[in-house]
Amino acid sequence: MSILVNKRTRVVIQGITGGAGSFHARQMLEYGTQVVAGVTPGKGGTKFDDRVPIFDTVSRAVRETGADVSCIFVPAPFCGDAIAEAAGAGVSLVVVITEGIPTLDMIAARRLLDEKGVRMVGPNCPGVLTPGECKVGIAPGYVHTPGRVGVVSRSGTLTYEAVWQLSALGIGQSTCLGIGGDPVGGIDFVDALTMFEADAGTDAVVLIGEIGGAAEERAAAFVREHVKKPVAAFIAGVTAPSGKRMGHAGAIISGSSGKAADKIEALRGAGVAVTANPAEIGVTLQAALRGKKGR
Amino acid sequence: MKLHEHQGKELFRKAGVPVPLGRVAFNVDEAEAAARALIAETGVETVVVKAQIHAGGRGKGGGVKVVQGAAAAREAAQRILGMNLVTHQTGSEGKVVRRLLVEQGLRVAKELYAGIVVDRDRRRVVMMVSSEGGMEIEEVARRTPEKILSRAIDPAYGLRGFEARELAFGLGLGEPTAGKLARVLGALYKVFVAEDCSLVEINPFVVLESGDVVALDAKVTLDDNAAYRHKEHPTLADPSEEDPAEAAARAAGFSYIRMHGDIGCMVNGAGLAMATMDILKHHGGEPANFLDVGGGASKDQVAQAFKVILSDPAVKAIFVNIFGGILKCDVLAEGVIAAVREAGLKVPLVVRLEGTNVARGRQLLGESGLAIQVAKDMDEGAKKAVALAGDTEP
Repeated sequence: MSILVNKRTRVVIQGITGGAGSFHARQMLEYGTQVVAGVTPGKGGTKFDDRVPIFDTVSRAVRETGADVSCIFVPAPFCGDAIAEAAGAGVSLVVVITEGIPTLDMIAARRLLDEKGVRMVGPNCPGVLTPGECKVGIAPGYVHTPGRVGVVSRSGTLTYEAVWQLSALGIGQSTCLGIGGDPVGGIDFVDALTMFEADAGTDAVVLIGEIGGAAEERAAAFVREHVKKPVAAFIAGVTAPSGKRMGHAGAIISGSSGKAADKIEALRGAGVAVTANPAEIGVTLQAALRGKKGR
Repeated sequence: MKLHEHQGKELFRKAGVPVPLGRVAFNVDEAEAAARALIAETGVETVVVKAQIHAGGRGKGGGVKVVQGAAAAREAAQRILGMNLVTHQTGSEGKVVRRLLVEQGLRVAKELYAGIVVDRDRRRVVMMVSSEGGMEIEEVARRTPEKILSRAIDPAYGLRGFEARELAFGLGLGEPTAGKLARVLGALYKVFVAEDCSLVEINPFVVLESGDVVALDAKVTLDDNAAYRHKEHPTLADPSEEDPAEAAARAAGFSYIRMHGDIGCMVNGAGLAMATMDILKHHGGEPANFLDVGGGASKDQVAQAFKVILSDPAVKAIFVNIFGGILKCDVLAEGVIAAVREAGLKVPLVVRLEGTNVARGRQLLGESGLAIQVAKDMDEGAKKAVALAGDTEP
């Protein structure tokens, strides 16, 4: 079992003929993902690597191939439009890898997705991966192992780090998902925790947060009320200076809210095992699994 | 990107948001001339001389003076220009004042607050107003949250007339002021959208004795992600407000922030870069910088980034922590080797490599003949770097 994607997932890649799109389309195919279609306006009727049919529009791709998840690599200036296209085309999930999308474009895109009942992972994220079944995005496949721990993170490479630590300890993952660090995105910690808590294939959850916003605080409140499974966490940015922009647009601390210390305190207060050492995310989860936290 | 007050007000003025008459001055002569011109235009002797820095709290720090006459304006300019202004937003090091805004004095009856922000939780642009202008809005939110009215705006319709009126009349203002304020709030929302702002704040937003409303301040932050569709935005940048190394990094396509420690860091990904600083601190070290080389970095970009670290005299050891995803480990290795060949390496270098093309990356570093300490994971790498920088005993 898993959340969001599995071996039956049929993926359409928007921007499949671009640099990043084509490289990662091949990586996804190599991982065993069912990439059933690509979309590049003007290249409809051709094939990607002689195997994946390319369409001019997402709705045509969905109609002809039954794709149910779209993975988007379209450049930032055109990405808001690409998300809107996917929202109306009949897929149930869009995974947006593109970084640098203007915030106002994302606000408009998210409104449309909500109206259509379509979920989004991202933007500016590594995507979602169910080990051994399906990879939608850019995460290095080889670090993952099939298993029963869910991973949700606002960061890309830090997700790989956590997954790597789990795999090295022999702890496999049910589904790993990077939700992205932008101010306005799709699935958040609470959504992911809801799905992992309901998933019969997930026994525990690793949550990786960072400074800025209040998503971790809301996750803590949700864990306290609704999550019975053990949760381990790391919050990046304890050493970050206030008010500075640390790469992610979302990672801004201003004033008293959004600080790592407040997030850690909230999570600990909810019974989450929080480590201060990013090299000990795996062992922290391991200990939480053994102890079951008495929850 | 943050704008200066005078730049924000220029955007407001063009959009029909009333602002005081004013001129920018870069030296005392310009300040005096600006005051003289304003006095001639308005017939009022009162002028305000305001320090222009990218931080709030300027008044309390002595960066704003209300004076009578052009000679007094010159004197105020003399005092403020070049001063190191320390406010609650600048940090203890403060900021040097390099430009002034000289404005007409106005007869203020009431101070309000207006702000437009992106609310991440509601995923909407939110407009806020308050009758408690002139105070820190965070303080108002803490003490009297009921005095802040807000409205989440549907992007499909924008701020509608009735929504603006609900906010304006909600402040207890009578006509004609409430109606005027509602119209100005509409114009303000249009500026926010048209210019791709991520923050617009006016504190105070004043009601004059005449009943007119005027934006007495302007704090505007632009969304850097939207810069591609605003050709004029780059011209609004003030390089003197930035650390030169940070500005150069951004121009070269990576993200760098100077810190106060002695261990240089090069990492891919913002989250892992922050975590790398955290783990150094956890083991008793102090990071010299935050550096995210980014996902799609080329060999040249890696080399450029590494040279930025090498050029920091405070750096006593370097920790390269890479988990290759899009960034391939061999590209990273080539970049580091190229930078060291060109600029030399005078401090210990610890490298931890994992991820895409890791074997090739390690091989390249091994064959390079450089004195590199290889770490098997980030914990070992961080401990080695801390020990080599002399922050703790090895």
